[in-house]
Amino acid sequence: MKMSKTHTSELPFHVVKREPMPFWKSMGIRVAAVVIALLLCSILAVFMIKANPLEFLTTMVDGAFGSARRLWKFAKDSSVLLCISLAVTPAFRMRFWNIGAEGQTLIGALAAVGVAFYLGNTIPNALLLPLMLIAAIVVGAIWGGIPAIFKAKWGTNETLFTLMMNYVATGLVAYFLLLWTPSGSSVLGALSVGHLPILVHEYFLLIVIVLALTALAYIYLQYTKQGYEISVVGESENTARYIGINVEKVLIRTMLISGAICGVAGFLIVGALDHSVTTTTVGGLGFTAIMVSWLAKFNPLFMIGTSAFITFLQQGSAQITTNFNIDSAFPDMVIGIVLFFIIGCEFFIGYQLKFRESTKKGEKVE
Amino acid sequence: MNPFLDYLLTAIPLGMTFLFGCTGEILTEKAGHLNLGIPGIMCMGGACGCLAVKLMHGTNISPVLIVIIALLAAFAGGVLMGMIYSFLTVTLKANQNVTGLAMTTFGVGTTKFIMSGMAKNAMQYLYALRYFRFPFAEQTSSVKYCGFMVGLAIIIALVASYILTKTRVGLHLRAVGENPATADAVGINVSLYKYTATCIGSGIAALGGLFYIMDYAGSYEAYKSIEALGWLAVALVIFTLWRPHLSIIGSILFGMLYLAGSRIPTLLGIQLDISATPLLQMLPYVVTIIVLIVTSVRKKREHQPPASLGLPYFREER
Amino acid sequence: MNKSVALEINNVSKYFGSLAANKNVDLTVYRGEILAILGENGCGKTTLMNMIAGIYYPDSGTISVDGQEVVIRSPKDAFRHGIGMIHQHFKLVDIFTAAENIVLGVNDGKAYSIKEVNRRVAEIADKYGFHIDPKKKIYEMSVSEKQTVEILKVLYRGADILILDEPSAVLTPQETDKLFDVLRRMREDGKSILIITHKLHEVLSISDRVTVLRKGEHIATVDTVSTTSAALTEMMVGKKVELNIERPQPQNVCDRLEIKNLSMVDAEGVKVLDDISFTARSGEILGIAGIAGSGQKELLESIAGLCHPITGEIIYHNPKNGKTEDLRDKDPVAIRELGVRLSFVPEDRLGMGLVGNMDIVDNMMLRSYRKGHSVFVDRKKPGDLAKKIVEELEVSTPNTHTPVRRLSGGNVQKVLVGREIAASPTVLMAAYPVRGLDINSSYTIYGLLTKQKEKGVSVIFVGEDLDVLVELCDRIMVICGGRVTGILDGRNTTKEEIGLLMTKTARDAEETSTAKESADGENV
Repeated sequence: MKMSKTHTSELPFHVVKREPMPFWKSMGIRVAAVVIALLLCSILAVFMIKANPLEFLTTMVDGAFGSARRLWKFAKDSSVLLCISLAVTPAFRMRFWNIGAEGQTLIGALAAVGVAFYLGNTIPNALLLPLMLIAAIVVGAIWGGIPAIFKAKWGTNETLFTLMMNYVATGLVAYFLLLWTPSGSSVLGALSVGHLPILVHEYFLLIVIVLALTALAYIYLQYTKQGYEISVVGESENTARYIGINVEKVLIRTMLISGAICGVAGFLIVGALDHSVTTTTVGGLGFTAIMVSWLAKFNPLFMIGTSAFITFLQQGSAQITTNFNIDSAFPDMVIGIVLFFIIGCEFFIGYQLKFRESTKKGEKVE
Repeated sequence: MNPFLDYLLTAIPLGMTFLFGCTGEILTEKAGHLNLGIPGIMCMGGACGCLAVKLMHGTNISPVLIVIIALLAAFAGGVLMGMIYSFLTVTLKANQNVTGLAMTTFGVGTTKFIMSGMAKNAMQYLYALRYFRFPFAEQTSSVKYCGFMVGLAIIIALVASYILTKTRVGLHLRAVGENPATADAVGINVSLYKYTATCIGSGIAALGGLFYIMDYAGSYEAYKSIEALGWLAVALVIFTLWRPHLSIIGSILFGMLYLAGSRIPTLLGIQLDISATPLLQMLPYVVTIIVLIVTSVRKKREHQPPASLGLPYFREER
Repeated sequence: MNKSVALEINNVSKYFGSLAANKNVDLTVYRGEILAILGENGCGKTTLMNMIAGIYYPDSGTISVDGQEVVIRSPKDAFRHGIGMIHQHFKLVDIFTAAENIVLGVNDGKAYSIKEVNRRVAEIADKYGFHIDPKKKIYEMSVSEKQTVEILKVLYRGADILILDEPSAVLTPQETDKLFDVLRRMREDGKSILIITHKLHEVLSISDRVTVLRKGEHIATVDTVSTTSAALTEMMVGKKVELNIERPQPQNVCDRLEIKNLSMVDAEGVKVLDDISFTARSGEILGIAGIAGSGQKELLESIAGLCHPITGEIIYHNPKNGKTEDLRDKDPVAIRELGVRLSFVPEDRLGMGLVGNMDIVDNMMLRSYRKGHSVFVDRKKPGDLAKKIVEELEVSTPNTHTPVRRLSGGNVQKVLVGREIAASPTVLMAAYPVRGLDINSSYTIYGLLTKQKEKGVSVIFVGEDLDVLVELCDRIMVICGGRVTGILDGRNTTKEEIGLLMTKTARDAEETSTAKESADGENV
C-alpha cells in the first residue's frame, strides 16, 4: 500500500497484477520455461551420464516416438493419464481441490476386479464387462462423493480429506488382495476374464474410449447447463447464489461425476491393461493428473497436449535410463524440474514487477 | 522382554519418523502453507544424510562428527527443498497443492536416484548405525532403536510447541497463517516469516528421513518406504490439531497402529487373520478422517486449520 | 484556554488518477480536544485520515506533529509520531485473545510474556473505563468489544493522537454512549481525538470543534457550541446542483410490492433491518437514501431472496393474474417460478451480478440459462441479446466474447443493467447503479431506469448522491440504522430534509415520537 523509498527493508520493486496477456504470449512464456528446464536437465545429464545435451534430447524423442511399439506405449500411457486428468477437472473448475483421484481410480479398479473375481466364470464376458464398469463407476463416485458431502454440509477441508481417502483405498486393496490370494502372497495373477476386446491393436480401444471421453467432458463442461453451473460456482459463489444455483448440490453432483470418471479409468486399467490390481496399480498417476489438468487450465482439449507432454517426459527420460544405464528414477527428476519451471513461469503471466523510482530505468522487467 | 514393552519400544521410534515430518509440517502450515512436498522432503533428507556418510566414509573424521555432519546435511537438504517450495509459493505465488505434489515427485525421484547409486556397497556405510543409535547401539532388544534421535525428535517438538505458544515469534507466525493482511498491517514481515517457517520446517522433516534410514530401519533400502510414512506425517498434523506437543503422543499412537497388525496377535495370544494387517494399517488414516470430520462439524475455532492455509497472500499496492 | 497544537495539516492534496480525493486541505488539532470530521460519503474524510495514519502518502502538502514537520509513509511511521487509527473494518486475528491481538507486531525489546501483556491491557482499560477481558477470544466478541480491542491496540502502542473512522456505525446507542464516555476520559488525559462521522447529533454531543469536508475540499471548521445541525447540514450538502434529469409524471400507478414489518439480523446478531414497511408502485421510481450500510443491501437482498429476514412479509401483486404472493424466504429460483419478474442490479457488479472471467454472452445467460428442457445451454439467444445490448447501449468492447472483467466500469454496468432489463421485469431494483461511472454512462443509466418506469415497471433505486435522488425519483424513502425515517415526495423535498432524516437515529425517532405522544396527551 505504500510506495516507500526511504525504507531500506523494502525490495527495489513491487509486484502488481497484470492485464491478461494474449494467448500466444502466455504460451510463449510457457514454452520458454519448458525449454529452459529441459536445457537444465540436459546440462545435469552431461555431468551424470556424460552425454551431450543434443544426445540427451534426441534420446528423449527417440524413447517416446522411436518405434511403432514405443508410439503405441506413448499413446497408451498418455490416454490413461488423460482419463484421470479428465476426472479431476470438473472438480477443479469449481475450485474443489480433489487430490484423491489416486484413491478414486484405485478403488474403481478394485471394484472392477472384484466383480470379475466373483462373477468371472458364471456369466458371459459381454455381461461381465458392463457389470465391471458399473461397479467401478459406482464405487469411484462414492469415493469422490463422501468428501464432497462433508464439504457441502460442514465445510470439511476437501484437500486433506481426499488425500486421506487415497490411503484408505490402498489399505482396502491390500486387504482384498490378501483375501483373494489363498497363499497370502498378495499377488493376484492376471484374470482370465473381463478383458476388453482387442481391435486393431491391444491399446486401440482404450485410446478411442479415452478420446471419446475427452470429447464428452469438453462438451459437458462447455455446452451443458450443468457445466455452466460448475463454471459459475467456481468463479463466484456469490453470483451462483444471486441467480439461485444450489451450490451444495452442484458441489456434490460434480464430485460424484469426478469420482465416476476415476472409476472409468480404474475399469480401463483393469479391463484393457493389467487384468489385475495391486496397491500400486495407479502408481501416482492420480497426482500427476492434477498437474496435467492444471497445466491445461482445466480445458479437456488442452489436456490431450499436456498429458502427452508429461508422458513424453516420462518415457523419453526413461529411455535415457536404459541407454545410459542409470537409475530408473531419472524421469521423476526430469518431470519435477520441468514442473518447477512451468509452475514458476505462471507468475510472469499473471503478475509483473514494477521497479520503484529509485532504481535505474533500464532494469525494467516485464 | 515383555512383548508389550517390546511393541512400545518399536512403536515409539517409528512414531518419531512421523514426528519429525509432522513438526516440520505444522510449522509450515502455521505460516499458511500446505506443503504436500513433505514426503519428498523427508526422502531428500534421508538421501542427503546418507550421501554425507558415504563421502566421509574412510576418512579419519570422528564418528560423532560424522553423525553431526550427516544430520546437518539432511537438514540442509530439507532447507534447500523448502527454499524451492517457498520461492514458488511465496514469491511467485504459485498454487500450493500443485507445487507440493511436484516437490514430492522430484524429491522421491531424486532420492531413489541417489540411493540406488549407493546401494551396491551400502552395507559398509552402516557402521554409522551404532552412532545414530547412541547410547543403546549395543543393546539387542528393541531398546536399541530408542537412541538420542528419539530424544531429539521429542525435544524439537517441545521447542516448536513452546515457540508457537509462548513467544513473540510464535505469535507473529500464527498471525501470518491466520490473517496475513492483519499481520502485514501491524508491520510483520509476512514473506520473511513464511520463508523461515517453511525452510526450518522442511529441515526438521528432512531429519525424519535420515532417522528412518540410518536408525530405525538401519537399511539403505529403507528409502523406498519413506514416501508412505511422509503422508502419515501429514495426516498426523490434522490428527493432532496443529499442536506439536500433542503430536508426540499422536506419533506414538500412529506408530502403534502401524505395527498393530503384526504385534497385537502375539500380544494377545490370538490368531488374527493375516488379512487384518492392512485394515489395521489403514486405521491412522481413518482416524484422521474422523478427526477432520468431527472438528469441522463441531466448528470449534481452535481446532480448525490455520485460516489462510493454502491461499497465496498478495498485498495489492496502490 | 491555552492549548498546544498536536497535529497540523497544511495544504494537503491527494489524487487517485485524475480524481481529486483531497484538494488543499488544512486542519489543526489541539491536545486534549475532540475534533469531528463531518462530510457525506465520498467527501474525502477517510482518505485524509488515511494519509495521517500512513496508509496513503499525500501528493502535496505537509503534516506536522507538535510543530515539527514529519514524513509518514507507513502505519509504523505514524505510530512513531504517536498517531494511531481505528479503521471501520477491524483487522484482528479471530482465534487470538484480545491481548494477543493488541501486542501483535509490538517489539519493545522486552521479553514476551502474555501475562505481562494481559496485565498492561487491563491497566490501560481500567484507566479509560473500558470493560474487556484480555483473555477473551475475538471470535467470541461482539462488534463493540472488537472495536474496544482496536482502540486498545492503538493505546497500547502509546498513541496520543487517535483517529476513529465512523466508530458508531457498528454500535448500538448504548454502546455509543459508553464509547463516548471513554473518549471524553481520553480527552481529559490530554489525548487528541479525530472522529469521522456523518451523524450530526453525535458531532454536537461529543466534539469540541467540527471540520466539514465536501467533495474533497475543506469547507469550514467551527466551534461546536456555536453551531446548529441545520447549519452543519447546509455546509455538508452544499448548494443544490441542477442535473436536468428527465422526470415524467408516473402513469397508471398501482401497488406492486408491499413490504410489511420486515426485520433481519446479521450473522453477529445485530439488527440490520428494523421493522421496515413501504410500498413500491408500478410506473414510479422509488429512491432509497441513507448513509452507506444502513440496511440498503440487506433490504434488496431480502426482496431478491438472497437472505432471510426474521419477521415481516414481502407481498408481490402480480399484474398478470391479480394474485398476491409472499416472497419471503423463497430463493431466487422459487420466486421466478411463481411468475414474479424481479430484476436486481446488485452493488457488487463483478462479484455478484456478473462473472468477471466470463464473456458478455455467458454473462447474459446467468439469468436465463435454465430455460427449456434441453441439457445443453443455448448460446444463440444470449448471443443475440449480447449483440443487441452492445449496440443499443453503446458498450465499448472489441466483441461480445470479451471477458467482462476487461471492460471499463461504465461498460460493465451497461451490460449488467441491460441484462436485467432484458428480462422485462415488473420490479427492477438497482443498488448504486452509477457508482464509479463517468457522467455520460450515468445519464445512460438514468435514462434506462426512467424508460422502465414509463413502461410501468416499479423501479427501486438505491442512491448516494442526493442531487440525483431529488431529480430522478418520484418518491424517496430514507433509512437510517435499518429503520425507515421518512418517505418523501421527490418533487417537493430538499437535500437538507433528506440529509437530516439520514442522520436521525432510532433514539431521535423515539424521542420525537414520545414528544409527540406527550403532546398528543396534553391536547386530550
